[in-house]
Amino acid sequence: MSTTTNHLDGAEFLSAENKGLAEPAPRFKNLTKTCDYSSKNNMGVAAAIPQFQDWREAAHQVKKFSIANLDKLIVQFESNMKARGAEVMFAQDAAEANRMVLEIAREHNVKSVVKSKSMVTEELELNHVLEGAGIRPIETDLGEYIVQLAKQRPIHLVTPAMHFTAAEVGELFHKTLGEPYSAEHAKLAAIARKNLRNDYLTAEMGVSGCNFAIADTGTVVVVENEGNAGLSTATPPVHIVLVGIEKVIPRIDDLPLFLNLLGRSGTGQKLTAYTHLIHGPAVGKKLYVIFLDNGRTKVLQDPHAWQSLFCIRCGACLNACPVYRRVGGWSYGWVYPGPIGAVLTPHLVGLHKAAELPFASSLCGACNEVCPVKIDIPHQLVHLRHRAVNEPSPMNSPFERMTWKVWAWAMRGPRRYAMAMGAVRIGVRVAKYLPWHFGKLGAWTRGRELPKVPASSFRAWWRNRQNTSQPPKEKP
Amino acid sequence: MNATTPFHYKPAPRQDDPPYQKGERVAMFIPCYVDQFFPGIGEAMVSILERLGVPVDFPSEQTCCGQPAFNSGYWEESRPVIRKFCEVFAPYRWVICPSGSCSSMCRVFFPHVDPSPEVLQVSRRVFEFSEFLVDILKVTDTGATFPHKVAFHMGCHGRRELGVFDHPLQLLHSVRGMTYCELGNIEECCGFGGTFSVKLAGTSLAMGQSKVDNIVRSGADVVASGDISCLMHVGGIIQRNPATKHIRVMHLAELLAAGI
Ligand code: SF4
Repeated sequence: MSTTTNHLDGAEFLSAENKGLAEPAPRFKNLTKTCDYSSKNNMGVAAAIPQFQDWREAAHQVKKFSIANLDKLIVQFESNMKARGAEVMFAQDAAEANRMVLEIAREHNVKSVVKSKSMVTEELELNHVLEGAGIRPIETDLGEYIVQLAKQRPIHLVTPAMHFTAAEVGELFHKTLGEPYSAEHAKLAAIARKNLRNDYLTAEMGVSGCNFAIADTGTVVVVENEGNAGLSTATPPVHIVLVGIEKVIPRIDDLPLFLNLLGRSGTGQKLTAYTHLIHGPAVGKKLYVIFLDNGRTKVLQDPHAWQSLFCIRCGACLNACPVYRRVGGWSYGWVYPGPIGAVLTPHLVGLHKAAELPFASSLCGACNEVCPVKIDIPHQLVHLRHRAVNEPSPMNSPFERMTWKVWAWAMRGPRRYAMAMGAVRIGVRVAKYLPWHFGKLGAWTRGRELPKVPASSFRAWWRNRQNTSQPPKEKP
Repeated sequence: MNATTPFHYKPAPRQDDPPYQKGERVAMFIPCYVDQFFPGIGEAMVSILERLGVPVDFPSEQTCCGQPAFNSGYWEESRPVIRKFCEVFAPYRWVICPSGSCSSMCRVFFPHVDPSPEVLQVSRRVFEFSEFLVDILKVTDTGATFPHKVAFHMGCHGRRELGVFDHPLQLLHSVRGMTYCELGNIEECCGFGGTFSVKLAGTSLAMGQSKVDNIVRSGADVVASGDISCLMHVGGIIQRNPATKHIRVMHLAELLAAGI
């Protein structure tokens, strides 16, 4: 499992070296509890709003409209933004976006960059690219700052250092920054603040993501809680906004709906502490907005998958997911973890590279239940499973297909069914004598007993009952 | 049922109109694992339904709803099985199934694989057992007596896909002598998930263990559920550990037939 910021090396998860999704690591015990707590807390906040379900439905519809009219809305956004002196650019993939960022950086002679939290820059591996060009990237979100110092990748969409305890952060600050050890939250925040303050003032460039790009006003909306996004977007002379094309919404009047949902679903807040509305460059400063496609237009064409572009990255589905809670974000192999990652990653990096992901779910539907924009994640997953076994991918196994073909043959008549079930009964009876790890049965008996096999089946009981006690049945 | 559950569940599209006529014959769909390993559930269903004056039929041609292949991605293989299912149950106006998961396969997922009118028609006539009792027959008391401490495990498919949420609880609350033990974290999946339980065994077991821990904490000596497939997994973990071995698992239907 790659945990450093430098290697997002595809997504082959269930391979021999990487059992991350199948075998929960004990170190995530803390994560399990935190996710459970956040999920309960956030959903409790949501439950306090009688019309919460209507909000979700409304947000779903607005997103549906936005994605269906993306081409027009982006153009509208672009012309509004440009009219106020910002530059708006379009990057087809990560490489192109990186080239754009580096060019801008060179043009302005940039030596260091302050970054506020952005998942799109993770998609670009921007920190890695900047470092390669001799530019120092500084993450300013406390969680991102911690994972950057620890040379890790964010474990969560919203709370990137969720797996750290305060004591671990204290040790990390002590080791990497030479600060005296402390496990007090206030002290730790003060250390980060002190170390970052100077960076805001000296950085020649700020990079941020964008939560919503509003078409009718040409506005970039960035929400945050620490004030770091405000500082990193407003202080340096140059600001680059990196935004996925799916973040466009039609009207500024739609914003309150999304702000209401995002805060509550993400962190259980009625509203995040800061909401920045950026309409254009400040006097004497430069603003660039780079839209990133990176596979999104492909998703747009898929009538089932396009819903996954509604995502507002609130992280609620991660907190609610019983699998994510146990395996953590890195096991998902790429930028986007959890249920939405299991949908987005195969679309964005290619199904053949991430075919296992859609199978990393019990299809319990907790994600769909909490998603503020009502993305039908479990149904997305079954559709992806269907594709994974039919397209070239590690999950496409002729042997497994053969097995299911035999099963399908057996399930098409009561006599064949009886034969097949006879075999299953024998299998279950002898299973306890088989060693662990003996195929699928072994995987079952590793930690579970098998059910006791009763003397007769229900249908045998029914036949017997029909023959003995009941009058002949009438036709239905 | 729980302060942290802000969501209201609506039943998945179903054919409930015209309403059930007294004396109308219903067909039972008994999923393969119930048929082979838990025949008592089917027997309990028969006894409850017949006591309520509902004539029951068991079409002997039935096999499986196709869910295992469907969930594994093998839709082409599940399609003929789904068609077979619809052929067998086409003559019946009401199909009752003692599993939230299999019922949701029929009602919610059949149309994904085969949206033909013949499939759609049968698909919407499939009812989960407690859903049929409460919503269709308007029965919340089966007359059962069960003097035990009982925890209830809510299967995810029944609840989130099918929208069967408080039906089992309404039925349970009228059982005489029973003490209901609320499970902590009741909304979390038990980790069964069909082939998930063996494909990602470690994660599945970790989820199951959390469920068992919550059962133990609830003080229950019996765990009931509308889905015996979940309980096959949870019960399997319970049986493995001598400290929890005394806890029994049973299907809601068996509990509702107790003492009548
Ligand atoms: S899929 Fe829904 S719940 Fe998950 S992060 Fe996106 S918006 Fe939030």
